[in-house]
Amino acid sequence: MLLNYFKIAIAVLRRRKFFTFISLFGISFTLTIMLVLTAFITSLVGNKYPDKKRDRLLYIRNMELTGPQSMNSSNVSFYMLDHYVRSMATPVQIAIATPYKGTNTYLNNRKIEVNYKYTNADYWQVLDYDFLEGKPYTAQQVAAGERVTVISEYMKKAYFGNTPLVTGQYIEADNVKYRISGVVKSIPITNYLLYSDIYLPYTVSKTDYTGKGYLGNYTGILLANSKAAVPKIQQEYEAIIARLPLPSKEYDHLYSHALPYMQAYVATGDEKRSGMNRVLLAISIFTLLVMLLPTLNLVNINVTRILERSSEIGVRKAFGASSSTLVQQFIIENLLLTLLGGVIGVVLSAIILYSFNHAHLVANLHLVLNFTVLGIGLLICLVFGLLSGVYPAWRMSRMHVVTALKA
Amino acid sequence: MISLTNIEKVYRTDTIETLALNSISLDIAKGEFLSIMGPSGCGKSTLLNIMGLLDTPTRGQVQIADQPTQHLNDKQLAHFRNKKIGFIFQSYHLINDLKVLDNVELPLLYRHSAAKERRLLATAALEKVGLSNRIRHFPTQLSGGQKQRVAIARAIVGQPEIILADEPTGNLDSAMGHEIMDILLTLNKTEGTTIIMVTHDEIMARKTHRLVRLFDGTQVQ
Repeated sequence: MLLNYFKIAIAVLRRRKFFTFISLFGISFTLTIMLVLTAFITSLVGNKYPDKKRDRLLYIRNMELTGPQSMNSSNVSFYMLDHYVRSMATPVQIAIATPYKGTNTYLNNRKIEVNYKYTNADYWQVLDYDFLEGKPYTAQQVAAGERVTVISEYMKKAYFGNTPLVTGQYIEADNVKYRISGVVKSIPITNYLLYSDIYLPYTVSKTDYTGKGYLGNYTGILLANSKAAVPKIQQEYEAIIARLPLPSKEYDHLYSHALPYMQAYVATGDEKRSGMNRVLLAISIFTLLVMLLPTLNLVNINVTRILERSSEIGVRKAFGASSSTLVQQFIIENLLLTLLGGVIGVVLSAIILYSFNHAHLVANLHLVLNFTVLGIGLLICLVFGLLSGVYPAWRMSRMHVVTALKA
Repeated sequence: MISLTNIEKVYRTDTIETLALNSISLDIAKGEFLSIMGPSGCGKSTLLNIMGLLDTPTRGQVQIADQPTQHLNDKQLAHFRNKKIGFIFQSYHLINDLKVLDNVELPLLYRHSAAKERRLLATAALEKVGLSNRIRHFPTQLSGGQKQRVAIARAIVGQPEIILADEPTGNLDSAMGHEIMDILLTLNKTEGTTIIMVTHDEIMARKTHRLVRLFDGTQVQ
């Protein structure tokens, strides 16, 4: 039976080559977009470097102060993290870091863009950066305000070229020279919570980090003892926030949350609502829009093709095919078509990802078509095949046998 | 074998009501070769479609092989047709995308017969109609007479008790028409298959056991 369906499906595809081209183009193009998007999302979700203990980490990024006529939202202050969060009982360790910022440095009249981030010493224990050489700066070095730095492999190459070892050498950023303590494996800029080219002790920061306001320029990363302890940290932090005195009469509410990686990643600064819902909604709308037009197009083409095949439908019904058998046949035929489009889509995606990776459009970001991406691609194909096949198949099965034979 | 009682078929549109068949009652015995004649539009094909369970009467009862058919659902009707009835159409209705052998196998496909068995039975059916040397051809590579022989092979491959032929010689020249008629007569004689044939051709009709004439949806002979 399947072989017969397959023969018919291939014959139908070969019969109207232009229709087939339009169908396959729609399917493969749609799938390519979805596969590239999936590869990007899985690289964000699936790549657990340098936060290898991701399921035990919580991020405190923002605080939002609201009042009847005012609203203020920002990263939290060093003081907030050092004073209130560090006193928490449930986290094992607390990393403190600024978001990365960019500057330029010049080497032999060559401009090099440098992104830098200030951290505390615990940052290197909470996160698991792979040190290719050297070691992280210590708590003593941070306390002493030593001008030391950990640089990324990418920056090492950009600044020092092919020099094998650079630990102990100096790198200049913002007109200050820092002694290199270690070199870590690079991470892509898409992991913007942890990304930087050079990492510096917060004590060498030129901006004042000692202010006692709640808002500032820092993010806290809290390490839980175990996965089970994560909710306890969140509860404790919520309790701290609930007790925190409001900084002025201007405000009547204060919001801040300790969030898992993905929620922190998509946090927009609006601490009252989860950014995750918005992102999921945006992805869903995008997927719907990307898939809707080709689906409608395929439905349209399929209906036209069905009308051409009314004689065949009539004969099949006359010789014993029930409506449900015909629906099944047509859906299988359509799935074969979408799977063929899917294979083309995978090939196109592989070419696009190869070009993307080799063009270094996003530094250190290497997108791959792994089994997760291919699995999702297969799922998209099946959904696509079903969506675009069900209505035409239903139309086909409803066709009266006598009418079909007369057409 | 087939019993029609007070069959009436009315086609309705928003503005018009057409009586296609009016109170037809007919009993066809097992092994009988019956022809139906009448002018165009008199309801011959409609009657044949009702006998073949391809269409339902507005009123009246159809009984095939002692089984009433009015309460059968889509799936049961499909199964019934598959087991009991073979169809031959004036315009052949072969699937041009499939080879001759695959076309003939079609009824067996819906019996879920094994591929090997399907192949054997289809080849045997094609041998009966003298087309065993064309099994790898596509219908578009055949003449009209050959196409109709393929259609006959498809109709007999499942060894149905009844064959309904709607003007099987209508698109063929006289010599080819007689060849097809001979195949049907042999089938009726050797296998005992009940055959009901709609035709415009008086000579062909005279070769059958019984002739029924319709005029404006009414049986006149």
